Amino acid sequence: MATARELAVPLPIATAATPTHQVVAFALMVAAFVVAPFFVYPVFLMKALCFALFACAFNLLIGYVGLLSFGHAAYLGVAGYGSAHAAKVWGAPPEVAIVFGTAVATVVGLVIGRLAIRRQGIYFAMITLALAQMIFFFCLQAHFTGGEDGIQAVPRGTLFGVFDLRQTATMYYVVLAIFVLGFLLIYRTIHSPFGQVLKAIRENEPRATSLGYKVDDYKLIAFVLSAALSGLAGATKAIVFQLASLTDVHWSMSGEVVLMTLLGGLGTVFGPVVGAFIVIGLENYLAQLGAWVGIVQGAIFIVCVLTFRRGVVGELGRLLRKPL
Amino acid sequence: MSIQALMGQLLIGLINGAFYAMLSLGLAVIFGLLNIINFTHGAQYMLGAFVAYFALHWAGLGYWWALVLAPLLVGLFGVVLERTMLKRLYHLDHLYGLLLTFGLALVVQGIFRNEFGSSGLPYSMPAVLTGSYNLGFMFLPIYRAWVIVFSLGVCLATWYVIERTRLGSYLRAATENPALVQAFGINVPRMITLTYGFGVALAALAGVLAAPIYQVNPLMGADLIIVVFAVVVIGGMGSILGAIVTGFALGIVEGLTKVFYPEASNTVIFVIMALVLLVRPAGLFGQER
Repeated sequence: MATARELAVPLPIATAATPTHQVVAFALMVAAFVVAPFFVYPVFLMKALCFALFACAFNLLIGYVGLLSFGHAAYLGVAGYGSAHAAKVWGAPPEVAIVFGTAVATVVGLVIGRLAIRRQGIYFAMITLALAQMIFFFCLQAHFTGGEDGIQAVPRGTLFGVFDLRQTATMYYVVLAIFVLGFLLIYRTIHSPFGQVLKAIRENEPRATSLGYKVDDYKLIAFVLSAALSGLAGATKAIVFQLASLTDVHWSMSGEVVLMTLLGGLGTVFGPVVGAFIVIGLENYLAQLGAWVGIVQGAIFIVCVLTFRRGVVGELGRLLRKPL
Repeated sequence: MSIQALMGQLLIGLINGAFYAMLSLGLAVIFGLLNIINFTHGAQYMLGAFVAYFALHWAGLGYWWALVLAPLLVGLFGVVLERTMLKRLYHLDHLYGLLLTFGLALVVQGIFRNEFGSSGLPYSMPAVLTGSYNLGFMFLPIYRAWVIVFSLGVCLATWYVIERTRLGSYLRAATENPALVQAFGINVPRMITLTYGFGVALAALAGVLAAPIYQVNPLMGADLIIVVFAVVVIGGMGSILGAIVTGFALGIVEGLTKVFYPEASNTVIFVIMALVLLVRPAGLFGQER
């Protein structure tokens, strides 16, 4: 019951050095993002980058610990409210607002994580979903969130008193920097001894326990880290779009991040990024079709689960015989 | 605080509790045999209400027909889903079942939202059940009394079949060890299909009961299913009677919260879930597995 053997792609082998192909892939990805705003609408790119970080943070849990959280929107959402509130009401500079938003998400993650890791597997998913729904109702009713309106017209401000974020180009490279830092932190985590223990828990939890690892502590740390990075994505997103709203706390957002990760490839390093860009791109494209977005997303879920469980990057990695 | 207001909220609580009980019962029966959490349950509840609506407006078949037709048709839909999709996932991690049924729920709800928008369609109750009893201290609408009595009857009948009949003993045995039961010559795959169909039919039946109270709305099951998940976590999925009792009890607690502290009425069930997890992680009636 506790094992998740069939859940994801085979384990990357633990090596001291970072495999060359991953370094190359990373360099290509960053290079593409650096030049991308000259070819693609930068606001779209910023949105996709925020969601890519969100999906990477989510993947840290599902892909490397085998825990399916169905309530990750909670961290994205509360961090957005936190940073928007700090920037607008307290007049905090953007760096402080983002750090504050991230901190709020970390605390929420700590509380929810403590409760959720008491159960495993399918229960874990239901508990995270239910607690996230509780956060949603809290945000709906609390006064500082602005209810249905959300917090609008959040000032972008000036980062470190130097970079004027009202200029889209500056904002874009700041978002890119935050994404790359988050991505590298996740990469470092899953390739550290700590990350190896997480994978051991994913493969066989009772054995990890019998080897003397405090499994619950490892799970909780991974959970909080994932919540914090989701929060970083949400806090940044609120500054970029100058808006924090209920959409980001709603369960459909939790479903969306699952979809991004599943489509890109569970337990792959680059999969969530690819998945986020596909899903956000699709949403942009389908926006005028209204409820069709839900239908298409549901259909992708069904196809992925039935026939495409490795995801785009997982399949690519299999073709190249190199884990990506 | 007037006694009428208190009794009124208690009644609403009992009605909600009846839906929680029927839905969590279906989830528990499905989970027991299939090891899948059926995220489509909320959408199937909605489908039940829509079958009642279609039956009335397209075929002129009223409420009593709907009570029979909706479980049959939606149950059949469930059987098709199980045969074509779910059965391909049994060898995989249980989480894939959750993801697949989540996707199915998105598709079904999306299609109905495209067709019917997100505002509710009215569905009138049958003439026999309109009006209300005067109990002296309050008026009890007949339809609401009917919903409570009928759903309690359905729940208890389900409990009886599973716990007290030969068919139920096969089911319980297959939940424990499907391979062994199959070796005794019982067609387990067919039993799995029918169990899924039955669980889904319960959801559809609840949908028909809900139609005159809450109107027929494409998203009527979308938020409800999350509350039902919390109910399932609180009760634990080990016992049929536990699911029924927890469902009704939580409905009542929610109703009382509406009277005494309305701000928390949306969240009280989730708070109780958090408390239960702290004290008794396996759920009130569950055992660790």
